[in-house]
Amino acid sequence: MTAPWAAGDDPQVYSVARSADVVQIRQVIRALAQQCRLSLVDQTKMITAASELARNTLTYGGGGTVSAGVVSDASKRGVAAVFEDSGPGIADVDQAMTDGWTSGGGLGLGLSGARRLVDDFRLHTVPGEGTTVTIIKWAR
Amino acid sequence: MAKQDNAVDLVGLLAAEKQDLAASWVREVQESLGRRVGAAELDRELRELYEALVEALRQGAQDVHAEQMSEVRALLTELSRNRARQGFSPSETAISVFALKTVLEPALRDGSADTVRAYLQLGRILDGLGLFTIETYTQTRDELITAQAEQLLELSTPVVRLWDGVIAVPLVGTLDSARTQVVMEKLLQALVDTGSEQAIIDITGVPAVDTQVAQHLLKTIVAARLMGAECTVSGISPQIAQTIVALGIEFDGIVTKASLADALKLALRRSGVDMVAHAGVQR
Ligand SMILES: Nc1ncnc2c1ncn2[C@@H]1O[C@H](COP(=O)(O)OP(=O)(O)OP(=O)(O)O)[C@@H](O)[C@H]1O
Ligand SMILES: [Mg+2]
Repeated sequence: MTAPWAAGDDPQVYSVARSADVVQIRQVIRALAQQCRLSLVDQTKMITAASELARNTLTYGGGGTVSAGVVSDASKRGVAAVFEDSGPGIADVDQAMTDGWTSGGGLGLGLSGARRLVDDFRLHTVPGEGTTVTIIKWAR
Repeated sequence: MAKQDNAVDLVGLLAAEKQDLAASWVREVQESLGRRVGAAELDRELRELYEALVEALRQGAQDVHAEQMSEVRALLTELSRNRARQGFSPSETAISVFALKTVLEPALRDGSADTVRAYLQLGRILDGLGLFTIETYTQTRDELITAQAEQLLELSTPVVRLWDGVIAVPLVGTLDSARTQVVMEKLLQALVDTGSEQAIIDITGVPAVDTQVAQHLLKTIVAARLMGAECTVSGISPQIAQTIVALGIEFDGIVTKASLADALKLALRRSGVDMVAHAGVQR
């Protein structure tokens, strides 16, 4: 899978090892979203999506990393984040992406909800090897 | 046999000018710490450490982790913990160990190969002890920070009584799972303690609501209902409302109000309190 960053836009990498790290990720994403002048609604959506994915990385992936930074294409700028773990992976992606399906005691809305909250959503997972989720929210 | 010789060398290096060395060590550390540690306390600390170190080396200790070093480690742990609590920096803490290397330097002047070898070996041991100090220091700081965070958690979650039978929790700031849980437990407890039947959870000050926070909210509301109380969630900002909808969280059957004032009005009406505006009062 190709990384979303253009040359020169190197992301920062944060580790996700405990629940306090999830709070930190939210703050990092908030700062980036403000820097890109995302609307208040879009900021909140991106922060919430990042919160969901970071917690999945922690809970199901057994911890991992988040790379976050600003991305740009010809006409616009946005915030991107890549959530990576080397946990068990997801055997049935369609099932995991179904609203309300959870293997733990959650609401089962984190993955499917996060996809609705952002503009680009890519999930790459290999059972036994790990999971990578990439999200981007573009400034309008 | 080599081991035994070594021990003799190392002890010899330290014990050569015994009184002098310990005293210069104390002086060296005192200079770097200023007056923030009492002279008498520092003197006692370092002399104890010195005795323990000489004894450990005499018994053939080769590094920090050696069995014979257990007394030294215990003393260093105490020293590091005290420094961390008193607010010294990691360097200021480790200097207590490293200063001994500086103090030993003059012994190198005689230049014998044995002395140099002993000095280098002792140096390695002292480096290990210094790192041990920093590790203990860091651990203590972590514990302190965790304890403070827990205190903040308690402080930052007030449950207030708005009216007879009406309580409210104003949530402010980022909600992590631990904090949400504390708030919710406090709310349920306050319902019991005050005998209230109306509770308002105000989230005006919350920047984001994710599935975990929502789940805590929903569970609390259900629990409150089981206790015969009704909850209203107020202060849902437009951006949080849109995010909740996009996430797919269903707040069905849960009463929400735009503002705390509206939620209070509703709670009062439900508890049978009428608010009457007097004709004579100019508004
Ligand atoms: N990084 C991951 N590694 C392995 N499995 C995962 C990962 N992320 C999600 N899953 C699986 O997908 C399921 C659905 O995830 P989703 O985030 O939608 O719901 P949830 O975390 O169970 O509940 P919540 O609504 O609180 O997020 C999880 O229960 C888990 O089994
Ligand atoms: Mg989840």
